[in-house]
Amino acid sequence: MTQRTLKWWVQFIVLAGVTSTLWLLASNASQNLAAQGVASGFAFLERPAGFDIIFHLPEFSETSSYGQAFWVATLNTLLVAASGCFLATLIGFGIGIGQLSRHPLVALISRAYVEALRNIPLLLQLFFWYFAVLRNLPSPRQSWSWGEAFFLNIRGFYLPSWHLEPASLYAICGSIGLGLLGCWRRKIRYGLWFGALGLLLVALVAGSWQKPALSGFNFVGGWVIIPELMALVLGLATYTGAFIAEIVRSGILAVPRGQREAGLALGLAPHQVYQLIIIPQAMRLIIPPLTSQFLNLTKNSSLGAAIAYPELVLVFAGMVLNHTGQAIETIFMVMLVYLGISLGIAATMNWYHARKALPEQIAAHKDSPL
Amino acid sequence: MKAFLRACSSAPRSALVTLGCLAVIGWGMWHFLSWAVVTADFVGASRDACRSGGACWVFVYQNLATFLYGALYPQDQIWRLNALFTIAGGSVLFAWIWGTRGRLWWILWFAGLLPIAGYYLLCGGLGLAAISSDRLGGLTLTLVIAYVGIMASLPLGILLALGRRSEMPLVRWLAIGFIEFWRGVPLITVLFMASVMLPLFLPRGSDPDGFAKLMRCLIGVALFSAAYMAEVVRGGLQTIERGQYEAAYALGLRHSQALTYIILPQALIRVIPAIINNFIGLLKDTTLVMIVGMFDLLGAVQATLANSDWLGYSTEGYLFAGGVFWVLCFGLSRLSQHWEQRFGRSRI
Repeated sequence: MTQRTLKWWVQFIVLAGVTSTLWLLASNASQNLAAQGVASGFAFLERPAGFDIIFHLPEFSETSSYGQAFWVATLNTLLVAASGCFLATLIGFGIGIGQLSRHPLVALISRAYVEALRNIPLLLQLFFWYFAVLRNLPSPRQSWSWGEAFFLNIRGFYLPSWHLEPASLYAICGSIGLGLLGCWRRKIRYGLWFGALGLLLVALVAGSWQKPALSGFNFVGGWVIIPELMALVLGLATYTGAFIAEIVRSGILAVPRGQREAGLALGLAPHQVYQLIIIPQAMRLIIPPLTSQFLNLTKNSSLGAAIAYPELVLVFAGMVLNHTGQAIETIFMVMLVYLGISLGIAATMNWYHARKALPEQIAAHKDSPL
Repeated sequence: MKAFLRACSSAPRSALVTLGCLAVIGWGMWHFLSWAVVTADFVGASRDACRSGGACWVFVYQNLATFLYGALYPQDQIWRLNALFTIAGGSVLFAWIWGTRGRLWWILWFAGLLPIAGYYLLCGGLGLAAISSDRLGGLTLTLVIAYVGIMASLPLGILLALGRRSEMPLVRWLAIGFIEFWRGVPLITVLFMASVMLPLFLPRGSDPDGFAKLMRCLIGVALFSAAYMAEVVRGGLQTIERGQYEAAYALGLRHSQALTYIILPQALIRVIPAIINNFIGLLKDTTLVMIVGMFDLLGAVQATLANSDWLGYSTEGYLFAGGVFWVLCFGLSRLSQHWEQRFGRSRI
């Protein structure tokens, strides 16, 4: 038998094994479901949910459908992922640069932060933030307040709400226009972007603001960030920040020493050397692992289920599954959302990497054996 | 020390930074120590002993057995867990010191004999009283899941990595699909799938209790971490130069022989740090099993905190659990550095 026919046989056997296993599992599942009298298919998405979700961006009530619950939960997950990624990047860059500080105490504190946070399970940190810190905040009547507009208490963080007015809508449109113009006209881009920022401020002021106020036992008006959301974002950002700090540190260390010395020899101040010479070069090495940290953060946002933040896993793999009993469909949908986010970010990353990588890096990649 | 002091006070600005840092550290340490040591209660039998207003370490001390062995394991059989801890800890210590010699024996011991001995001690049979795996809990459960997960995921991961680099398109695409699927979903959904969905896929009429929850979770964890392990092994395989393959073929080795004797040993040794990193991640991730209703170390702490006798000592409980995890994970990362240096000297 030649090598070629052997390979065909191996593939045939693998294919037969995989399909027969899948078929066996599927037939088992359909028999079991029929025996339990559980419906199958996605018709349940149209039915009213009958539960409330404590935190929702679009409108949601007990009469909304399971399909709307899915949408609300996905948005809640994306909200946590986006704000967590933003904060984690800030923390990560701060601590990562701090680790390389020439000042020994700053380096020591940054190092201690990284070693402490990345060796403790995330779930434990979330529990700590939620049960040990935020659950011990004062009651609404004794809440901590800043300027009678921001309040922090056991029910959450209250801040003034902002509503769109026509004037601010125009200002926002103008701001976006100036920003895009800045992307196109490179010479005057900073001036244009500064103008865009100014218009954005105008838009903020022109909108109508409403302060939260204490009435009875709780605050009314304004926006509220529930403690579950705060704990989740804080926990995810501080934990992932520790990993990002390591990535930033190794990225900066990988920039050849001569670059820094050359920058200093040109008479640049140390912070200018960082900003103009080291960080731009380090970014090439930092961005690929940074994206995979963003992905991890998005997947880890599913731990919000353990502290009752209504994200995808809690709402769908928890509440909807318990109501409908359709385990396969609900878990399939949840997995599909995460899989979609992961593959989407991975594809964007590959595209970015191919565009930004140095030619020799691409060549080295293609040249790798086999 | 001199250089340290000089760096702290070389310029007015760095002296100011020094003062600021010292103030933050001092303030934090003062508050922490006064809470955790000065006004803390260490001895007592119940929460009545905690009256000084500081930390209540009585809580940890009184529930230590629950945290380590779980609440359900029979009291008179706990010596078996202790024996297992001693054997496992001892072998890790020996491996730390003599890990580079007799490598085949170490593999046989850690991948074959130790798990068998562990199963015998934990669950019984053959002269020992049989104990259901549902009764495992606490740190024991954490370590069992992490250990079985890593031991099962290594061979699976190697197979998947080889599959992903295979010349046969069907094998390659199946491996890619498998790896990317597990890497794209969070572990929680995998555990949900294992605990809720897996029973649906068993043949009709099979006893759901015969297939213990621990077993189902272990299958989920093993498949999940196998996908991550596959990527690590693939990274190792990519660093092996083409010349190594060519040399092996020139010696007359077949492809499978070249892989076993030449390629894989080199590739695996190069990725030992990444493998241990995976292990650390897995150890931290075992805490998620509490979401599907099993009581690992964190689950045991959380369940004890819900007990009305011990309400309100969450900080102490989390600090204890966090400390245990920190020591384990930090120790593993040191072990990884230690081995990297040793193997690095002798091999690469």
